Formats: sequence, structure tokens, C-alpha cells
Amino acid sequence: MEAYLDNSATTRPTDGVIEAMARCMREGFYNPSSLYAPALSAEKAMRACREELAGALSVEQKGILFTSGGTEANNLAVIGSVSAMRGARHLIVSAVEHPSVLEAFRRLETLGHRLTVLRVDGRGQPDWAQLDAALDDPPALVSCMQVNNETGALPDIPRLVGAVRRKAPEALIHVDGVQGFLRVPFDARQIDLYTMSAHKIHGPKGVGALYVRPGVRLVPRQLGGGQEGALRSGTENTPGIAGFREAAVEMKAIPALGALLMEKKRRLWALIRQAVPDALLNGPDVESGAPHILNVSFPDVRGEVMLHALEGAGVYCSTGSACSSKKRRVSPVLLAMGLTPDRAEWALRFSLSPYTSDDEIRYAAAQLGTLHATLRRFKRR
Amino acid sequence: MRQVLLVRYGEVHLKGQNRPYFLRRLTENVRRAVAPLGAEAWLSDSRIYVSGMADMDEAVRRVTRVFGLHSVSPAWELDKDYDQIAAKCVELTRPLSGTFKVAARRSDKRFPMNSQQLNAELGGVILDSNPNLRVDVHKPEHLVSLEIRDHAYVYIGEIMAAGGLPLGTGGRALLLLSGGIDSPVAGYQMMRRGVTVNAVHFFSFPYTSERAKEKVLELAKIVGEYGAGMKVYVVPFTDIQLQIHEKCPDEMGTLIMRRYMMRIACEIARRDNAAALITGESLGQVASQTIEALACTDAVADMPVFRPLISLDKQEITDIAVRIGTYETSSLPYEDCCTVFTPRHPLTRPRVGVVAEAEKALDAEALVRAAVEGTEEVLM
Repeated sequence: MEAYLDNSATTRPTDGVIEAMARCMREGFYNPSSLYAPALSAEKAMRACREELAGALSVEQKGILFTSGGTEANNLAVIGSVSAMRGARHLIVSAVEHPSVLEAFRRLETLGHRLTVLRVDGRGQPDWAQLDAALDDPPALVSCMQVNNETGALPDIPRLVGAVRRKAPEALIHVDGVQGFLRVPFDARQIDLYTMSAHKIHGPKGVGALYVRPGVRLVPRQLGGGQEGALRSGTENTPGIAGFREAAVEMKAIPALGALLMEKKRRLWALIRQAVPDALLNGPDVESGAPHILNVSFPDVRGEVMLHALEGAGVYCSTGSACSSKKRRVSPVLLAMGLTPDRAEWALRFSLSPYTSDDEIRYAAAQLGTLHATLRRFKRR
Repeated sequence: MRQVLLVRYGEVHLKGQNRPYFLRRLTENVRRAVAPLGAEAWLSDSRIYVSGMADMDEAVRRVTRVFGLHSVSPAWELDKDYDQIAAKCVELTRPLSGTFKVAARRSDKRFPMNSQQLNAELGGVILDSNPNLRVDVHKPEHLVSLEIRDHAYVYIGEIMAAGGLPLGTGGRALLLLSGGIDSPVAGYQMMRRGVTVNAVHFFSFPYTSERAKEKVLELAKIVGEYGAGMKVYVVPFTDIQLQIHEKCPDEMGTLIMRRYMMRIACEIARRDNAAALITGESLGQVASQTIEALACTDAVADMPVFRPLISLDKQEITDIAVRIGTYETSSLPYEDCCTVFTPRHPLTRPRVGVVAEAEKALDAEALVRAAVEGTEEVLM
């Protein structure tokens, strides 16, 4: 038996997605920039994807720009937008952003911009008082993620937008939606830049998108043939984009997706609590976090040891986030949220998909109970 | 006229009646190293010659890795004809500037000029042809060498090789290979003395991961390339660690663990026809590497335990690791995610008797047998 509970790291492409990509490569392989008729259909297929993504965000399709994934979209949003402004500016970013956002801001800081890193509380909400004070020096760009990748925390974006618009109406607002897109409803009309990634919603790797509100100026990070409105040169990844569209269509077709995911998460947490009564929930309450991410500390056992033990039983999850599991450090996100280093070291992240089965959830919880009981007997003395 | 690689061997010179055996082995090892380049190697006149390769640099790289060699020189093989020799000397020295001298060696006494005459004549020709060169017979920057043997050979300078003794002439030993910096270097050092080395790795899943194991196998592959590959015996070790943790005093945990590694390694060595163990220990580096601690682990080994790094500093070991190409892989993380089994206050001056007594809580024979039976063999 296997249980794949690492859907925030990546998801398995559906058969429909694989088929859509194969069809695109077999039949629609033309370069969208070519002048003959079949190439036009490639162009149309891209437009169909733009419409699908834009529709999910309640925005116009012309604002959708394809990239090689979430990292490129985040880099372009942050560095591209600030590069289009004059002079040294004030920038605000939340402390728990993904490295592709945080590192981009750090780069801008080395170039002379002033950076405010916004603290978060134990439930992943921004420090509103700090934000209010920081807004006194009107920022050029504010960035905050929609769903925290490690804890599933949902920062109150409408509140953040309200606060920023009130004191700094000129500021651009960027939201990294990689972990939230389509799983947590979002209206992008209130903001300026929004990042998406296909492989988190059962699409292929290597394709993502950035929503850019018309009128927002960006300096491209990749120069060449002028594709994507000259903001992202390079021959378009049409099979990836076809797969992205199919994935979005399929996700949207799942009725009451949020409730479905939340039901699975509730069930997983209930079973974990039965199996390990002193397991500790990290981040927001089950009900107020994202419906597909659960972060739990299992006392006395390092997350990495627990992860490998689970792996031995065919249960896959991650410590902190998959990107940082190669570094031998405690998750800075969990520390920023106020966890003790011990508790942060015990943390595991489980992330669900609408296709996660009940059997998987039951099996994973049972294995957790057994393995944790064994492993916790061996503590460093 | 063709290019050959002139290969000089090292310590094998010192051998007496065994020398033909060592030389056969050495020539065979050189042959194997250059065979993939389509080159051939042969022994003649107390030199090994390599020829027939298209890529001279790659041939040099491969040959300088063969243990038992002193140095190599890419040389031109010419007819024993003075004019041809002089022309080649002029051609080879054309790009040079600074000081030089000619060192001729006439093994074939039928050649009409002797070494002194050749030195003087050729030196003069070179000097006339290149205004940027001056003669310095004491400390020349460039040494133009000429050897008159079955053919004439002309070359400039020599490239040092790995030294040591021919691989396969030193018997077999089993290396205790962790994912760290030291043990691959220890294995290399013994291979350099002619020893055929396979490795044993103790795997503590889930306290170390599959990636950690992959890393160890990669290290075995890198070190194995200096010989004829390396086999890794992967021993399931978690159960023993857990039992030590549960039943033995904390401060002796690492020592007892090392003793189990030795017992298992001896058993596997016997199955591998190896007659000694190799470890990467360096005196005083950690608590289990004091003289007393080493005595304690050696007490359970019934074969010699070689510790080629015993007197080296960490930096010296690191330098070798960089040179032989294992450092980068050794420095990868995910070595060990367990501090569970690391005593907070390990004994640094243990007495064998006390440790042996503390160990009695465990069934050594059964534990070793289970570990050996569960061992997986991977050929890199």
C-alpha cells in the first residue's frame, strides 16, 4: 500500500492531462509564432488556457502570461515590477514567503531598495501593527502569499489589500498563489500580480503563469523573440500549456472542491490524533487553514527520521517543504510562526489532493501511530 | 614518426626476485587503463610504452592514475637518425623561452655519437634556432630529453604519476565506508599501495536515508575508478543501534557500535577473501578515535586493521579528498539525520574490560549473524 500525501510538493498528472499534452505534441506541435494556419491553432490552444486561468481569478485573459513555473513567475513579478520603477524604493514582504519570492526581494535589497520583512503570528497572519507602521513610508511593492506552503495558513489578503490601498494607493500588490490556485477561491481583481503553477494542480512541471493587471509595467527578465508581449521571450511551451489548461478544467469540474478537501483534512487530523494523542497541530486551526495542508509535530522524533520511516512503509510526506528538505536546518517558516526549535524539528507536512483516497488517509494514520510509538522510545539521552 | 607515452615506474625498482611479477601486473594495469582509448601498452627496456591513442591528454590523465608509476612523458618516437632528431628538437623548442638544457641518454651504443656529443650538438642547434632560449646546465627551466634505445625518443619534461605499488599486488582488504570525507581517502591510500579494496557500509534506515546510501555508492564508484571498480556490502544496522541504545550505557554507545561494525566487517571480509580491514580514523579526531578507544574497537577484530590516515590532520585529508575527486560528494548533506545515538558525554579513555562487560547485555553472535545475512551487495 502507498499513500502519497505530498501534493504540495507536486502532484501526479491526471490521464487527461497526459493525453492533452500528447495530443498537443502529436498534432499541435506548430510554433505559435509561425504564419500558416495550423500554427494559428497552437495560438488558439494557448488562448484557451489563458481563458481558463483568467476565469478562475475573475480577471481578463490578456493579463495572463506563461512562464516556466512558479519560481520564474515570482521572480518576474518582484524583480520585473520594481525594475520598471525609478530610484530606491520601499518594499514589503512577509517573512514566510517561498524562497523564490524572498530571495528576489533580498536581491533587490542588495541593489539599494529598502526592505521591510513582515512578521507573522502563530497562525500565519501578518503582524498588522507592523504593516500599518511600515506603510507610513509608502511602499512600491507588497508581497504576501495566498496559502502558506508549509502550514496551510491563509493570510487575510482582503484585509492586507485594504490596509495597503488606504495608506499607499500607488503600491503594487503581489500574491504568490502557487499553493492556493483553484483549491482556495481567489479574486485577483483586488491585486496587481498573481503567481500560478501547473504541477501543483495535477498538471505538468515546467509551466506556470503570472497574472499581470493591465497597466502594470514589468521589465522582462528574459530577452529574445518577444513572445508573451515581449515580457517573456522564448518559444511557448505549448504541450505544457495544453496540460495546464486540462488540469485547470478538471480541477474546476470537481464539485465543492474546497469542502471535499477539508473533509479529507479533518479526517486525517482526527485519525492522527487517535493514533498519536499528543501530536501537535502547527499553524492555524484545521478549519481556518487551507483545506489541503496539515502540519503536525510528532513529539520526540525528528521529522526527517519519521519521514524516512514512513517512506519505508510507502507513506510519502515532507518536512517543512520539499524544497528545503536537503538543507539540514529547522524550517525558518515554522520558527517565524513562533514554534520552539524542538517542535519545529518534529514537524511533518501532509498535503492532500482531491484524488487522495480514504484508504490512503487511513493507512497513513495507522502507520504514523505504529512508527511513532516505536521511534519515540529512542530518544537522545 | 609517432607519438608515444613514455612511462616510468616507481618503487617496483626496489623489488628483487619478485620484480617480473610486479612488472607484469603493472603493465597489465596500464594496458587496462588505456584500452578504452584504443591504445596499447608494452614493457620494454625498463619502461612501459603506450601508443595508438588519439587523445594524448586523456591518455596522460588515465596513466597518471595507475598506481605503481613514477612519471610519464609524452614523447616523439623517431628513427635513430641525427638529422631527424635535431629537426624535432628544434620544432619542439620553438615556442619556448628562458633557459634549457639537453639531456641525452644513449642506451644503444651502436649510435655513432655519445651522450656528451649529443648534448653539445643538439644544444647548439636549438640555441641557433631560437633567440629566446639560453643554456643553463644546472637549473634549466626546460629539460629537453633524448633517449636512444630501439628508437630515438624526444620529449620535454615529465608529469608525475600517482606513485605507490601496482594494484592487485597487495592482497585484498575491506574498507569501512561512511559518507564522510575520511573513509574514501583511506580506501584510496591503501589501493595506492596495491591493495584490492571492497567496502562495507552500515545503513541505519530510517535514521539515514536512501539518499545517504546513494551518496556512499557514488563515493565507492569514484574511488573504485582508481582500481577495477568496488563492491559495496550494505549492512542493515538499525536494529543493532536500537539495541545498544536500549541496553547499554549511553557514554559507551559509540564505542560499542564501532565494535559491532568491526565484528561484522571481519565476517564480511572473510566472505570477500579479504585479509584486513581499512578505516578512515585519524588519531584524536573524535572521542572514538583516541588510542584507548581504538584499542577497544581493535580488541574485537581478528584481522589487521589499517588506518592510513591515523597521523593526518583534517586539512591534509581534505586536500587529498579534493585531489582524488571525492570531496564534493562527501560534502553533500543528508549524511546522517540522527543525533539519537550520539552520546552527550562519550568516554574518551575507555577500558576494554569495562566496555566488554557493558556489552554483555547484547547477544553479539545473533546480532552479527542477522546483520550479515541481511547484507546487500552492490557492485559499482
